Order: sequence, then C-alpha cells, then structure tokens
Amino acid sequence: MTPETLRTLLGGVPENGWFAEAEARVRADPDAIGQLFARAGRMLGRRQLPDHPAWTAGQAGRVLLLLAIAAEQREVRVAELYWRGDPAERLAVLHALEHLTLGEAGVPLIEDALRTNDKRLVAAALGPCAALLDAAVWRQGVVKCVFMEVPLSVVDRLGERADQPLAEMLGGLARERAAAGRRMPADALALLNRRSLAKGFKAEEG
Amino acid sequence: MRVFDPHIHMTSRTTDDYRRMAAAGVRSVVEPAFWLGQPRTNPGSFGDYFDSLLGWEPYRASQYGVRHHATLALNPKEANDPRCKGVLDLLPHYLEKDGVVAVGEIGYDSMTPAEDEAFAAQLDLAREFGLPALVHTPHRDKAAGTRRTLDVVAASGIEPGRVAVDHLNEVTVAAVKDSGCWTGFSIYPETKMSPPRMVSILQEYGIERVLVNSAADWGHSDPLLTVATGQAMLDAGFSADDVDRVLWRNPIEFYAQSGRLDLSELPEPEATFAGSSVKRGGS
Ligand SMILES: [Zn+2]
Repeated sequence: MTPETLRTLLGGVPENGWFAEAEARVRADPDAIGQLFARAGRMLGRRQLPDHPAWTAGQAGRVLLLLAIAAEQREVRVAELYWRGDPAERLAVLHALEHLTLGEAGVPLIEDALRTNDKRLVAAALGPCAALLDAAVWRQGVVKCVFMEVPLSVVDRLGERADQPLAEMLGGLARERAAAGRRMPADALALLNRRSLAKGFKAEEG
Repeated sequence: MRVFDPHIHMTSRTTDDYRRMAAAGVRSVVEPAFWLGQPRTNPGSFGDYFDSLLGWEPYRASQYGVRHHATLALNPKEANDPRCKGVLDLLPHYLEKDGVVAVGEIGYDSMTPAEDEAFAAQLDLAREFGLPALVHTPHRDKAAGTRRTLDVVAASGIEPGRVAVDHLNEVTVAAVKDSGCWTGFSIYPETKMSPPRMVSILQEYGIERVLVNSAADWGHSDPLLTVATGQAMLDAGFSADDVDRVLWRNPIEFYAQSGRLDLSELPEPEATFAGSSVKRGGS
C-alpha cells in the first residue's frame, strides 16, 4: 500500500478531521506522536476498510503519522514506538518501514517480529520491509510461516528470493512431515517443486 | 448463555481453559493486572507483564474464540515495595493503549500508607485517562477495608458509576450498593462466594450494577463458575434475560465507559439467548 493510497482511504472516513489535526501536530512536534499513535486505533476506527480488508482506518492513520515524523528524528522515534507499542502499533511500524527509509535501523524491529508467535507480526515482517533482512534470517522466516500455517502469499518477492538453501530446508521439512504422516501445506509444496525443477534439486515428497 | 467474565487472570490459565470457556459460552474476558505470586523487584518486570496483557494474551485468547481486554495498575500488595513505585510512572504510557478498559486492580491489601498513596494516585489516573476503575477489597478486615475504600473513592471525585468494587460478600454488598459504585462478586470453589449465595444476593439486591466474575488465577479457582452462577440463577427462577443482563450486558455497560471495548467480529450470539432457541431450525 502506498502512502498516497492510504491517504485516499483515510479521506473517506468520518474521523478524517482528527487525523489531519494529529498529523499537523506530529509535523510540528515529534514528541506528540507517542500518545497520538496509541490513540489512532480507536479514534479512526478498528473496522476493516471496504475493499481493503487487511487495513483499518486506524492502521492507515498510524502509518501516515510515522511518515509525518521529521526525517532526522525517524530512526530513534520509530524504534521507540515499536518497542513500546502493542501488537497493532508494531504492525503499523512494520507496514511503514518500506516507506520510512531507515535502512539498517529497521532490521532489529523486523527480526523481533519474526521471533514472536503472533502470525500477524510474522506475516508483516516478511512483507516489503523484509528486503532489509539477510538471506539466512529471511529463509528462517519463510520456513517459520510453514510451521505457523501462515500462507506464503504474505512473503514479498518470494519467487525472486527463494534460493537453493531454502529449497533444501523445505525439502528436509517435507521429509520429516512424510515420516510423521503429516502433509506439507500446498503453497510450500508448490514452492519446493518450482525450486526443484529450476535447480534440478530432487525432493522426496511424501 | 453468553458470558463476559469481567475479572479473570488468564495468564495463569491453560489453553484447555480457553477451550472449555469458549465451549461453555464465555466469549469475552477482562484480565486485571495483579500479583503473580512471586514478587517483582523492578518496574521493568511490570512493563513486560503489561505488554503481555496487551499483546500475547489477547492473541492467545483470540485463537480460541475469546475476546480479551485488560485493566492495568500497580496492585495493592506490591504497592508496598518501594522498588516497584516506578510502576506509577510507567502507567500513563500504558493507559493510552487500545486494549485497556480500566485502571485496576487497585485498592487495599493491608491498608498501609503506601497503599493509600498508590490507590489515590491511580484513581486520579483513571479520571485523567477517561477510564473506569476496578477496585479490589482486602481479604483480611474486609468490612473496614470496604468502608475505607468507599471513602477514598468518594474523596477522589471519580464518578461512582465508573468504579467497580470487587470481591464483595453478604457483609459488604449493601454499603457499596448505596455508594452508587458497581458491585463485583468473585465466585470461588470454596472461599469468597458460591453460586447459591450469589443467587440469594441477586434476589435481595437486584441485578443492576452487578458484576459476577470467576477471578480465576493460579490458585484454587474455576473459570466456569460464572456459567454455573447463570445456571443457578435459572434454577432459582431468574429469566434467561436476567442472566444475560448479569453475565453479559452488565460487564459491557461497565467497561464500555472506557470508550475502548471492542466486541466487533465476535460470533453471533447463541440462538438459545432469551428463549429463541429455534431460530436456526433446531440445528
Ligand atoms: Zn484478581
């Protein structure tokens, strides 16, 4: 979701006036964001946006508030909002990362989200912000999705980034599952087959 | 029967409890921050605990079809440890969070000056953040503790309708009822209050401004005693609508005063509500 799209969506909710004021306050004073970031969820609404069920007005507002922080303040503020945030606030940070241009400073946040047992956070960590992750961490994240039954469609640029070591990890998992009489999710199997065909890797599927 | 348990410490319970609760009709719970059995020695431990009450625990509950909100506070027992005083400085940050529907549990444990101070300060926080307050009454010297509690509530200037005074019994209910505060009852397997005694209290004092909870925690307690109380009410001649009022609508009315209670996306009420059990063709 681009910031422009989020802004258009927010323009359609009745609480848009609250957002405009909140955004102006954050631009004028980055200290204001702590409280406004927490309140945005209930002030803007926690229901799904029409045509964008993955988004609520509150989450769209939070992402735009993060983008309103002055560039030189972002690195410190965004990290603070993540570490002191509830899961919805942390999700908003992860969704905003691709637009915030924090570079390496975003990595510890994404890695933290990948360590959780919360499917929402794990999925968001493998979205566009995962471009910052090194290959080993990223592969662990993808395999974790298979374990947590998070659909692999959440993984940004999966086809492009999936490599031989990932195929080997998935192949190993497929063998374990076969031995236990358990199935691999169809999307993981499809990925494994695609990689195996491309690289001539022989997967022993069950 | 649909049930909202307004006071239960799910952190201390297993996923089996969530399954049993959901199967018995418990769809929504409020978990007050309290003493964990092992004393904490620094505010950071509370911060992590509060994060878990707003993060992991609601997520865990959601996987079993139960909606979870929290009340946050420095509990009376640990208010006596000077090392925990910094928790009061952490609270303003946490009281802004969406999942927080009251300040609590606050109140008295041993009625010390440190408890006086933490209690009053946290009632002020409740007013400042537009939140109701959940007040625990002491186990020892309960009658005196409850009187003193009501005095402190009155002195704070918080509206009585935004305060629930919990763990009441036959001796303490009348004064709380007269004060205009909500009356809370914790139904326990042996101590505190039993379903039959609760029914007698409802018969005598009515079903308005009453909260019935299991207060289940790491001690001998039972998260299904709210449901058992609803059944005891029905057996005693209360209507299904009375039960729904006490076990569902009352807690919603109390916590909705926070403006943060989110019960969207909960499954439709069971078709047995208010006697319309044939709504779905007997399925
Ligand atoms: Zn309690």
